[in-house]
Amino acid sequence: MSTEIQNYISDFDQLKNDDWFAESRQSALNIFKETGFPNSRLENWKYTDVRPIKKKSFSNVTEATVSISIEEINAIRFDGLDCIEVVFINGVFSKEHTRLDGLEKGLDVENMLDALANDKDLLAKHLTKYADDKISPFTALNTAFIQNGTLINVSANTVIEKPIHILYLSKDSNSALATHPRNLIVMGENSEATVIESYIGLDDANYFTNAVTEVALSTSAILKHYKIQQESLNAYHIGNLNVMQGKNSKLESHSISLGGALVRNDIHGQLAAEGAEIIMNGLYMTGDKQHVDNHTRVDHLKPLTLSTENYRGVLNGKSRAVFNGKVIVHKDAQKIEAHQNNANLLLSDDAEIDTKPELEIYADDVKCTHGATVGQLDQNMLFYLRSRAIDEETARSLLTYAFADELISNISFAPIRNRLERLVIGQLPDAALIREFTNE
Amino acid sequence: MLNIQNLHAKIGNKEILKGLNLSVNAGEVHAIMGPNGSGKSTLANVLAGRNGYDVTKGTVEYEGNNLLELAPEERAWAGVFLAFQYPVEIPGVNNVYLLKAAVNAVRKYRGEPELDAVEFLGLIKEKMKIVKMKEDLLNRSVNEGFSGGEKKRNEIFQMSVLEPKLAILDETDSGLDIDALKIVSEGVNSLRNEERSIILVTHYQRLLDYIKPDHVHVLSNGKIIKSGGPDLALELEEKGYDWIKEEAA
Repeated sequence: MSTEIQNYISDFDQLKNDDWFAESRQSALNIFKETGFPNSRLENWKYTDVRPIKKKSFSNVTEATVSISIEEINAIRFDGLDCIEVVFINGVFSKEHTRLDGLEKGLDVENMLDALANDKDLLAKHLTKYADDKISPFTALNTAFIQNGTLINVSANTVIEKPIHILYLSKDSNSALATHPRNLIVMGENSEATVIESYIGLDDANYFTNAVTEVALSTSAILKHYKIQQESLNAYHIGNLNVMQGKNSKLESHSISLGGALVRNDIHGQLAAEGAEIIMNGLYMTGDKQHVDNHTRVDHLKPLTLSTENYRGVLNGKSRAVFNGKVIVHKDAQKIEAHQNNANLLLSDDAEIDTKPELEIYADDVKCTHGATVGQLDQNMLFYLRSRAIDEETARSLLTYAFADELISNISFAPIRNRLERLVIGQLPDAALIREFTNE
Repeated sequence: MLNIQNLHAKIGNKEILKGLNLSVNAGEVHAIMGPNGSGKSTLANVLAGRNGYDVTKGTVEYEGNNLLELAPEERAWAGVFLAFQYPVEIPGVNNVYLLKAAVNAVRKYRGEPELDAVEFLGLIKEKMKIVKMKEDLLNRSVNEGFSGGEKKRNEIFQMSVLEPKLAILDETDSGLDIDALKIVSEGVNSLRNEERSIILVTHYQRLLDYIKPDHVHVLSNGKIIKSGGPDLALELEEKGYDWIKEEAA
């Protein structure tokens, strides 16, 4: 056994692990013990070196040791958005800041610890069923440490109007922490909901977030899922979203990655019944020496399923991004449609992108497209703007914004869209220059 | 207003303009005609400051200053406007916001107070009528999804809002049906005045039926080989370009 995982094993031994889920945690730990951290010889980890995570001896003992003021929380809330909020501070459920009052009928939102105690049947049916411990060592590690996290259970024929916002906040504490948030979203037939997962670093602490979200969509369920990653620039973030989709169900995923020193986002969608549709939109904006890796995989398991993926990156400084989008069309999954696109804007000579669309098709009547572009700002657009009296710096900043905003502007929910637009503008090199071009 | 002397310009190693002379006074409309590949668009682009053209010889004086030293935006601030042959689509950049920023950049340069939202809206409402610009186009991204005619109309609309001193219209008539051509021409005519100079770059005489030029020049092989009045355009329409080339040879 390598010494790098020693701290995880000793922390595991200190974990309270005497409930019905104990065996699952133990077997997940065993898998992690066996595989250890992934190395770059694995195809799936070829471009992302997790040694910084490996080398650091993070503490997995989650205690509520820091408090966060209401002002700090208010600053990151969605302005004027009436929503359900579940707040975690350094991985620990914050009863103080969570707002679960007046839950609509047919909706259950709970801390995972409570759910483990109260909803054994539901969890036994779904938890660990969609995220495979054997595929990612990080998922196995997360499963071994399942304590805090969020359960969202939406009953059949229920439309939840209020978005559910889950905030994982991190702040410097005595020891460098590893947290393993685990979310489970179960949507009954014909149900609809919007879930936002925010991962936010409130200072420049060095910590490691290892999150896993599992989603089960029954027939005709619709989930709009937003993930906003704004970890500290010294933090490591590994996030897995795993979705199992029933007939005519629809998942709309928006993944916005702005923070983190080393970030890996995985999405795995399984279109397991006819008519299931997944939409994956992603935006990553990187600078300095950030490393952000987005891996997605869609399995078209049944005929007449649809997937659309559109990821965009804006890279500055010496940052590096990876995009890998895999689409697998299984045997007999006829008449499916899969479209994928990844476009990248490199703002500096030292930034680097590795982009790879992958298609594996074992059916013969399918419609698939994919494309990837890497480039600088369009010279024709730049000249056009300058010829219209816009100075060069402003024109560059404006075109960068427009490139990123294409992914944000079609978000239907205005408070989320406005918030994200502000975040995107905040990431631009010359944000002040383009104020008059935005809705600010 | 504009004085071009012995202008030589090349793209890469290819010399396109080979000693062009042209003088435009305030209030004049000049038509530059010529066959494909004669250098018409190169002239328009060099005047507007597009990258990729090397001026190897000659001078361009605009209002007494060296135009070639200025960045494209500085030329725009100073009142130069290019109506593009192929207006560029810019997804994500709103037409109105761009125009407001453009107007205020020019006003700032001139030392005039910037227009606020209300004043600006008043201005564009008035100008929209000139080219019969549809309001819903205004609030879209710049030229995105516009038809060919709408794009050209948008160019003239921008020109009317920016009120340039020197407007260069690069093949504005190309791709327009007769109705659109009339609307665009009316727009241009309404902008004619004693202070504003206009250079029409065109392949066909057709545009000149609607916009009467004061002077017509024939550009061939990078040089102006013949200049005359409006009648020259008619003669070209009738006889083509070959006779002038022979005459000039």
